[in-house]
Amino acid sequence: MSLLKITDLRAKIEGDGREILKGINLEIKAGEVHAIMGVNGSGKSTLANILGGKEGYEVTNGSIQFDGKDLLEMDPEVRAREGLFLAFQYPVELPGVLTTYFLRTALNSVRQHRGLPAMAVREFAAFVKEKAKLLELSDELLQRAVNEGFSGGEKKRNEVFQMAVLEPKLAILDETDSGLDIDALKTVAQGVNRLRSSERGMLVITHYQRLLNYIVPDVVHVMVDGRIVQSGGKELALELESRGYADFKESVSA
Amino acid sequence: MSTEILDEFTSQDYKYGFYTDVEADSLPPGLSRETIALISKKKNEPHWMLEWRLKAYERFLKMKEPHWAFVEYPPVDYQSIVYYSAPKKAQALKSLDEVDPEILKTYEKLGIPLHEQKALAGVAVDAVFDSVSVVTTFKKQLEEVGVIFCSMSEAIQNHPELVQRYLGSVVPASDNFFSALNSAVFTDGSFCYVPKGVRCPLELSTYFRINAAKTGQFERTLIVADEGSYVSYMEGCTAPMRDENQLHAAVVELVALGNAQIKYSTIQNWYPGDKDGKGGIYNFVTKRGLCAGENAKISWTQVETGSSITWKYPSCILKGDNSVGEFYSVAITNNKQQADTGTKMIHIGKNTKSTIVSKGISAGRSQNAYRGQVKIMKSAENARNFSQCDSMLMGNECGAHTFPYIEVKNPTATVEHEASTSKIGEDQIFYCNQRGISTEDAVSMIVHGFCKEVLAELPMEFAVEARRLLEISLEGSVG
Repeated sequence: MSLLKITDLRAKIEGDGREILKGINLEIKAGEVHAIMGVNGSGKSTLANILGGKEGYEVTNGSIQFDGKDLLEMDPEVRAREGLFLAFQYPVELPGVLTTYFLRTALNSVRQHRGLPAMAVREFAAFVKEKAKLLELSDELLQRAVNEGFSGGEKKRNEVFQMAVLEPKLAILDETDSGLDIDALKTVAQGVNRLRSSERGMLVITHYQRLLNYIVPDVVHVMVDGRIVQSGGKELALELESRGYADFKESVSA
Repeated sequence: MSTEILDEFTSQDYKYGFYTDVEADSLPPGLSRETIALISKKKNEPHWMLEWRLKAYERFLKMKEPHWAFVEYPPVDYQSIVYYSAPKKAQALKSLDEVDPEILKTYEKLGIPLHEQKALAGVAVDAVFDSVSVVTTFKKQLEEVGVIFCSMSEAIQNHPELVQRYLGSVVPASDNFFSALNSAVFTDGSFCYVPKGVRCPLELSTYFRINAAKTGQFERTLIVADEGSYVSYMEGCTAPMRDENQLHAAVVELVALGNAQIKYSTIQNWYPGDKDGKGGIYNFVTKRGLCAGENAKISWTQVETGSSITWKYPSCILKGDNSVGEFYSVAITNNKQQADTGTKMIHIGKNTKSTIVSKGISAGRSQNAYRGQVKIMKSAENARNFSQCDSMLMGNECGAHTFPYIEVKNPTATVEHEASTSKIGEDQIFYCNQRGISTEDAVSMIVHGFCKEVLAELPMEFAVEARRLLEISLEGSVG
């Protein structure tokens, strides 16, 4: 069954006539990992933001079904509670807000929505420890304020950690590789791979093929100028790397 | 979506707006030598007190209302103010049972039932209702260790030597327009004396209310910590909704002798006026502490959420060598509120140290200014100051302003000033939303995070109340 089904999605920036997405069609099934590749300005991040429910965009056409429900009808927090997770390209800092407190509040909002009892402090601590072990990530970030003074690598690691805790149905990773050195990239990718499961879908958005060496996708889409111009297996990423985006651009305008 | 929730927050009604129907014994409005004499007579004061008041009045007549603060308000008619108002049945009460049930009901509405506090928190409450102290609890327990904690009126009667020695010693009547006014007409307040070497076993607290219509509130608080003693004092305020602006010009004086420590915490939640700024309290307060001896320490912590206008600078005079002054402040303004608040740290003694942490949050169409002075005198060898002033804006129609004044006359001093202004970002809210957290919880979380260093300084009893207040009035507008 399809987890995410985007049909002929067109969108523009609010108060601006420019159309960014010009008819996107995309279907992700549970258990699949899809990658969207494209240059800056091709609309990749806009798509991620619209899926997350960020304000400032206007959907002019099309529909998005998430797990059988109309995603565009939901507020951002409801989307999250329904199981949509967005790992941000630039995670914001929340000065003074302890990560552990932040995450527990988030988890309990999600649990409440799913009819589960809230997790108490002690239970949560044990739960988180287990997740840290699973990802082979240190949980020391939990005792710091959310992303405050974190390095680029720490921020991205924290995103993956949050994903592990919130156990989403669909995870969207927006340029998770940007600003990471190769070691940090491997750590983050390893975390993501541990979270792959037959029930979970993933959408990996990236500019470079590099990340896809570590998070191997089932399907690769090439996005150019607000459209998906080609889809294929993981080998498409390698092809793209050798041919460059310019070729695809030409094929679009041709 | 988020704007709706935010509107809801910013348009929230003042939760403590109610009026208690208690018969008041009031003087007619107006200020004159006769009014002052009448106040003094009604309070059965000794002659020296009347003299002191009249002297202050003479100074007051020669002074002009200050207008340097970053606030705007229509002129105050000092002749239309009632300078004395006391609940009629409030004489010589020995226990809570004797308190007017109406008054007790008011406290219950405020969520500060005295009974409960008595049992739960171990807090001695000198409750000021309008201008006269109604009830004092835990007096006995304090008496056992020699702590004097009573109303200012009682102190004038029973401890004249202490009052004469310290009253006006930190804030002289001539200090400013409002302190002169207060000195002339103050009706009551709290007095505390902690003897040598005594650590006060209770958190002392006072709840202020402004009630009878047009009653100016002129509180006078004096706390003296003798050598090597310690006291923590909490002051919290909420006021009923009134249509007319009400003037509040309190004076608080703290004296810490050698090795003594005073911790003074305030939650101020007076009626801020309605959404258009109508009504609300004018809060023109003079608060100052003197570290008179070596190693003395005075710490001010305040959470300011109320009043339509706040003009307040709790200050420290660091006279004793190695003495320490601290100021931790959260000031929130919403709708059309105006706040001009901050501190003064005057370093006189050697190795004196001061810390200033100020967090200003502006929402709605409010204006929030930090005004702080750090003055290092010639004698203050190796003085150190650290100031941190952070402002947070919610929305596009409010303002945050920082006015630091630094004056250094000794080259060995170290003075650091850090300032930042941030805006509660749509991005921050969206980040929280995307993790399943509602906008309401997100704003509350971000604001708490922002104020954390200050809230951590509050005594436990207050921290809970402060959090509730933040939830009510701080979750301002974002957009």
